[in-house]
Amino acid sequence: MRQKLVEFRNVSFRYDDDGPWILNDCSFTIYENQSVAIIGHNGSGKSTIAKLMNGLLFPQKGQILIDGKEVNAQTIWDIRKDVGMVFQNPDNQFVGTTVQDDVAFGMENRGIAREEMMKRIEDTLTAVGMQHKRLSEPHRLSGGQKQRVAIASVLAISPKLLILDEATAMLDPKGRQSIMKTVSHLHEQDVMSLVSITHDLEEVMMAEWVIVMNQGEIWAEGTPRDIFTRKDAFHKIGLDIPFVGKLTEALRRADVSITEEPLNHEELLEALWTFHSKT
Amino acid sequence: MDISFKNVSYTYQPNSPFAHQALDDVSFSIPSGTYVAVIGHTGSGKSTLIQHLNGLLRPTTGTVTIGDFVMSRTDKPKDMKALRSRVGVVFQYPEHQLFEETIAKDIAFGPKNFGVSDDVIKQRIDDILPTVGIHHDMLERSPFELSGGQMRRVAIAGVLAIKPEVLVLDEPTAGLDPRGQRDVMDMFYSLHKKEKMTTVLVTHNMEDAVKYADHIIILNQGKKYLEGKPETIFSDEDTLQQVQLDVPEVIQFLWKYEQKFGHSIPYNRQSITDIAQAIKEHIKEVGNDE
Repeated sequence: MRQKLVEFRNVSFRYDDDGPWILNDCSFTIYENQSVAIIGHNGSGKSTIAKLMNGLLFPQKGQILIDGKEVNAQTIWDIRKDVGMVFQNPDNQFVGTTVQDDVAFGMENRGIAREEMMKRIEDTLTAVGMQHKRLSEPHRLSGGQKQRVAIASVLAISPKLLILDEATAMLDPKGRQSIMKTVSHLHEQDVMSLVSITHDLEEVMMAEWVIVMNQGEIWAEGTPRDIFTRKDAFHKIGLDIPFVGKLTEALRRADVSITEEPLNHEELLEALWTFHSKT
Repeated sequence: MDISFKNVSYTYQPNSPFAHQALDDVSFSIPSGTYVAVIGHTGSGKSTLIQHLNGLLRPTTGTVTIGDFVMSRTDKPKDMKALRSRVGVVFQYPEHQLFEETIAKDIAFGPKNFGVSDDVIKQRIDDILPTVGIHHDMLERSPFELSGGQMRRVAIAGVLAIKPEVLVLDEPTAGLDPRGQRDVMDMFYSLHKKEKMTTVLVTHNMEDAVKYADHIIILNQGKKYLEGKPETIFSDEDTLQQVQLDVPEVIQFLWKYEQKFGHSIPYNRQSITDIAQAIKEHIKEVGNDE
C-alpha cells in the first residue's frame, strides 16, 4: 500500500462567517506518487481545495494533513516546501528578470546553497525543455513557455506534491499538449504526487484517480473509466463528457452493444470490431 | 456589412530592428450575415487581423473594406467612430475591461459614447439582459462582485448594447468551464441567427469552428493557409497536419474508422446520433454480406 500524502478529514470552508460554505464536509486521500485530477464546474470548490493544500487558506472545520503534518499557521512554512503550485495565469507568477533568476527565487527563500542551486536550475530547466532560454526575460516567452518555467521553479524546490491549478487553461492546444507531456514525463521520473485541477478532459483521462466536485461536495471519486460511465449524471452537474463517451452512448442507443467503457478511439474501434465480428 | 481584405500585409514597428510582419498578403471576403471562424496558432496573425476590422490598425499595404468604410495605409475613414459603432469587438478576457460602479453603467458606457439616448439605452439593456443571462435585479450591483462567468457576460452585454452589425469574438470562451463555454457559444450563435449579425469568431478551438461557422479561414505565420466550408476544409489530413492544427476529434475518429473498417463515413456536420446510426448501418451491412 502506498503512503498517504494528503488527507482531507471532514473539511469545510467558507470565506465569510455568514457566507455560504464553499466546501462542505470533504474527505479524501491522495497517496504518494499518485496522479489525481480534480474536476467540477466553476464555483464547485476545486480551486479552494488547492489553496487549502498549501495553507493559502485554512478550513473552519475538519483537518488537512500533508505527509502526516496538520496544515496550520505553525506548519505552513514546512508544508510549502513539500507542496508546489502552478496557477492559471502565467503572467502572475514571475518575479525574476531572467528565467534562471526566476527558478532560483524559490530556492533562495529556502536557503539552498549556491552550488546546489546551479545544479537544480540546470536540471529543472532541462526537464521542462527550457534550458536554452535560461537567460531570457520571462515576459518575452510564449504562454506555454512561461508555464514550463513556472513548473521548473516549483520543481526546483523538489516538492512531494505538485498542484496544477488550471495551469493549461490559457494555453493554445499546442502549448497545452507540451505542458501535459512535460508533466507526465516528470511524474514518471520522480517520486512526486500530482494534482491537476482542470476542465480539460484529456488531462482527466491521463490521471490515475479522479475526484469530481459539485457544489462544494465530493460528488464522485474513481478511476477515469469508472467516472466516465456515469454520463447522464455528469451532464446534470454541468460537466462535459469526452467525445468517445458521447459516441459510445449514442451507439448503445442505436442498439450497438458495447460492454466495456472505452476510454479512447482505439478502444472504441476495438469494441466495434468485436461487435461487428459477432454480427 | 460585407468584409473584404485585399492583399493585406501588416508590419509592426516597420523600418526598425524590431520590425515584425504579422500579416502577409492576406485576401478574403466575408459576405454580410456570414458566421466565419478564423483559426490559427498563437502568433499566426489572428489578433492583428481582428484589429483591422474596426480600424485599430490600418494595413501597411493592401486594402480593408468593411461595408462602405475603406482603409489602407493612406486612406482612413473620416468617421472612425461610425465604423466602431457598427463593428463590436469582444476581446479576450473582456471582463478585464469592466470599470464602472454598477453593471447598468458599465453596459451603458459604449452606446453612451456613441451618442445613444438614455431611453434607447435602457430599452437595449432590457433586451440584452435575458440573452446574456443576467438578472435585472443585478443591474445596480458592482460588476466586481460577480463570478468570472457572469463578469464575462456583462462585458459582452456592453458590446451588444452598441447594436453592432458585425460582431468580432476573440477566444470568447477562454477560461470558462465546459457548460459556460457551451452557453456563451450558443448565445452568440442564436444572436447570429436572430439578428443576422455577421460574426467573426477567432479561435484555436477547431470543434467550435466546425460546429458554428459557415466558413473557415486558417492562418499560419501571417498568411492565409486555407479557407473553405467546414465540411470540406478537413478533407485533407496532410495539409492540416503540416500546420499542426488539431483536427476535430469526430473527424479524427472517422478517419481511424475508415482505416480499420475500410469504409468511409463522410463528415458533414451531422450529430453524434447520426454518426452512431451510420456506423450501425455499415456494421450491419458488412454482417449481412458475410
